[in-house]
Amino acid sequence: MSGEGVLVYAEYIEGMLHPVTYELIGKGRELISKLGGSVKAVIIGSGASGRAEELIHYGADEVYVYECSEGVALNTLLHKELLVSLIHEIKPKLVLYGATPWGRSLAPRVAAALRTGLTADCLDVYVTDDGSIVQVRPAFTGNIIAHIKTVTTPVMTTVRYKVFKPPKKAPSRNGKVIIREVPADGDIHHKEIEVLGKVREKEVNIADADVIVAGGKGLKRREDLKLLEELAELLGGVLAVSRPLVDAGWASKDRQVGFSGNVVKPRVYIACGISGSPQHLAGMKDSKVIIAVNIDPSASIAKYSDLFVVGDLYEVVPKLIEEIKRVRGKP
Amino acid sequence: MKPAPDVEKVRFDVRRGVVDRSSAELEINPFDLHALEAAVRIKESVGGIVTVISMAPSHAEPALRDALARGADRAILLSDRRFAGSDTLATSYTLASAIKKLGEFDLIICGEKSVDGDTGQVGPEVAEFLGIPHVSYVTEIKEVSNGFVTVASDFGVAYYLVRAELPALLSVTKEVNVPRKPKFKDLMKARKAEIEVWSADDLKDVLDLNRLGLEGSATRVVKAYYALEKGREGIKVKGDEGIRKIIDLLSSSGVI
Ligand SMILES: Cc1cc2nc3c(=O)[nH]c(=O)nc-3n(C[C@H](O)[C@H](O)[C@H](O)COP(=O)(O)OP(=O)(O)OC[C@H]3O[C@@H](n4cnc5c(N)ncnc54)[C@H](O)[C@@H]3O)c2cc1C
Ligand SMILES: Cc1cc2nc3c(=O)[nH]c(=O)nc-3n(C[C@H](O)[C@H](O)[C@H](O)COP(=O)(O)OP(=O)(O)OC[C@H]3O[C@@H](n4cnc5c(N)ncnc54)[C@H](O)[C@@H]3O)c2cc1C
Repeated sequence: MSGEGVLVYAEYIEGMLHPVTYELIGKGRELISKLGGSVKAVIIGSGASGRAEELIHYGADEVYVYECSEGVALNTLLHKELLVSLIHEIKPKLVLYGATPWGRSLAPRVAAALRTGLTADCLDVYVTDDGSIVQVRPAFTGNIIAHIKTVTTPVMTTVRYKVFKPPKKAPSRNGKVIIREVPADGDIHHKEIEVLGKVREKEVNIADADVIVAGGKGLKRREDLKLLEELAELLGGVLAVSRPLVDAGWASKDRQVGFSGNVVKPRVYIACGISGSPQHLAGMKDSKVIIAVNIDPSASIAKYSDLFVVGDLYEVVPKLIEEIKRVRGKP
Repeated sequence: MKPAPDVEKVRFDVRRGVVDRSSAELEINPFDLHALEAAVRIKESVGGIVTVISMAPSHAEPALRDALARGADRAILLSDRRFAGSDTLATSYTLASAIKKLGEFDLIICGEKSVDGDTGQVGPEVAEFLGIPHVSYVTEIKEVSNGFVTVASDFGVAYYLVRAELPALLSVTKEVNVPRKPKFKDLMKARKAEIEVWSADDLKDVLDLNRLGLEGSATRVVKAYYALEKGREGIKVKGDEGIRKIIDLLSSSGVI
């Protein structure tokens, strides 16, 4: 099975299409100029058919839709089974998933079922002159960048959110929608797993944030997070933290940046009282602009910052807040 | 449980795309301490035995002793040159085969990901090879009873309550518990305990020898380099000038 074209798995959870999907479709279009074939997308879920046209507008040529009842819409075994049979049928050369919790749980199951290779959490995918696909990913807690080739087909990859540009939506674009039946509930062995309901929403989705103000162990008291939160709000951003603050119970894991937390890529990241451990850097070093405020001029975050302000955050941040208000207040 | 090097000490042989083995000892992958703790807690509340399986070179033995000291009852090290070069597909296949050889089990618990290979793929792939359900990014184990395990899992935008029929596999995050420290007496006891070592031949009845190691792997690292070497051209400033520079940068990036 040599395969043709690119298949994008559209991540669709409870009516929400993950924006990484558009980025993957855009990348797929770029790759087919060298790989040949077309860009296909697959979407599974309750209400999925209503989103098919949108995927075409973003660049898919064909969209496979598996409309199913809410009861099984988040069943990984069902998604796996549908993907495995679709991949057998359409034989793509490359399958792209978002490197989201959902994608990173589902894709390996599909890979094992197909006995094919899967590359995790990629920062880039390119095609060499001889037509082979190379996947670029961080490993060793972000210390190493590895280029990986897959020797089986299809090549499968989970790709990090926000590394590829989302394409422009073109409502005039045409494509084909193929609606597929999902075997009736409980038909296959999906009862082995059941999603009973939502526990809670994330307190905040820092991966989506445009501006992040993050606090670390340079903070002396939990209440002092309010200071950083005030700055974040002033900039239309959100508050985030380094891991020790989560471990101390000062903030929820939803706000943790880093290897064992969230990977973020905002327009501006302001790190206050954060030293810049490899585990923290693994979660934020690709931010567009990085500003650090640290009392220690030798803190390692200096090397990864566009601007490093040496100073006590308890002096710098209040002054900054005041200054921003003053600048804004000007007519 | 994966024995992994301390990533802050380990050196990487970028030319060959492999770890420089002499640069750091192997210890339990930090995420797997949470997996082990979860298993020991389940044992304490509903009974059973906890078996630790690792596929690693023979110098990983101390990491397995550490696991025994932390409450595991049995430790098996899968070690053979024929396992070398395994990607996640070959690793999962080997681990799943060893689990088959062990016989009946109720629950497999692994870590969210390793600190070195860092893919998070081994758990779900093992589950697929064994034909059992899995739940990844488990933040809380609510209940293990009557043939089911109920957990909270991070799906991205929200956490969901998921119930899986046993036998099942869970990949747990650090939120699931705070691992306890091993007691001195247990560390001493573990020093003398037996670590079973299984080679590829020991698994001959349950696996296909062509699906192991590099030969059985689907991915190849073709190039590797240090990522953190290329930092940024940071400017360092102090005091009021710092405030001014921040304001400038915020306005040039369109934030204010
Ligand atoms: C497996 C594993 C996973 C991990 N995952 C993560 C992760 O996801 N995210 C994460 O963040 N960490 C993670 N860590 C922890 C990581 O190794 C570091 O311990 C952590 O990032 C340090 O946090 P910090 O920078 O806030 O604290 P510190 O390293 O203690 O730094 C505090 C900084 O504040 C500065 N400071 C002190 N007072 C002031 C002041 N008044 N004004 C300004 N600056 C001040 C100090 O100079 C210092 O640089 C992980 C570790 C492991 C082993
Ligand atoms: C730079 C680099 C990049 C790589 N990229 C890829 C890639 O993209 N795709 C790929 O398929 N392989 C890749 N590999 C190979 C991969 O690291 C190995 O297959 C490794 O044996 C297992 O994968 P992992 O470390 O990612 O484990 P993870 O899947 O991250 O581990 C998850 C959990 O599975 C369990 N586990 C994992 N390994 C073992 C083990 N050996 N013994 C017992 N339990 C274990 C642990 O509980 C662990 O917490 C890469 C290797 C290197 C050096």
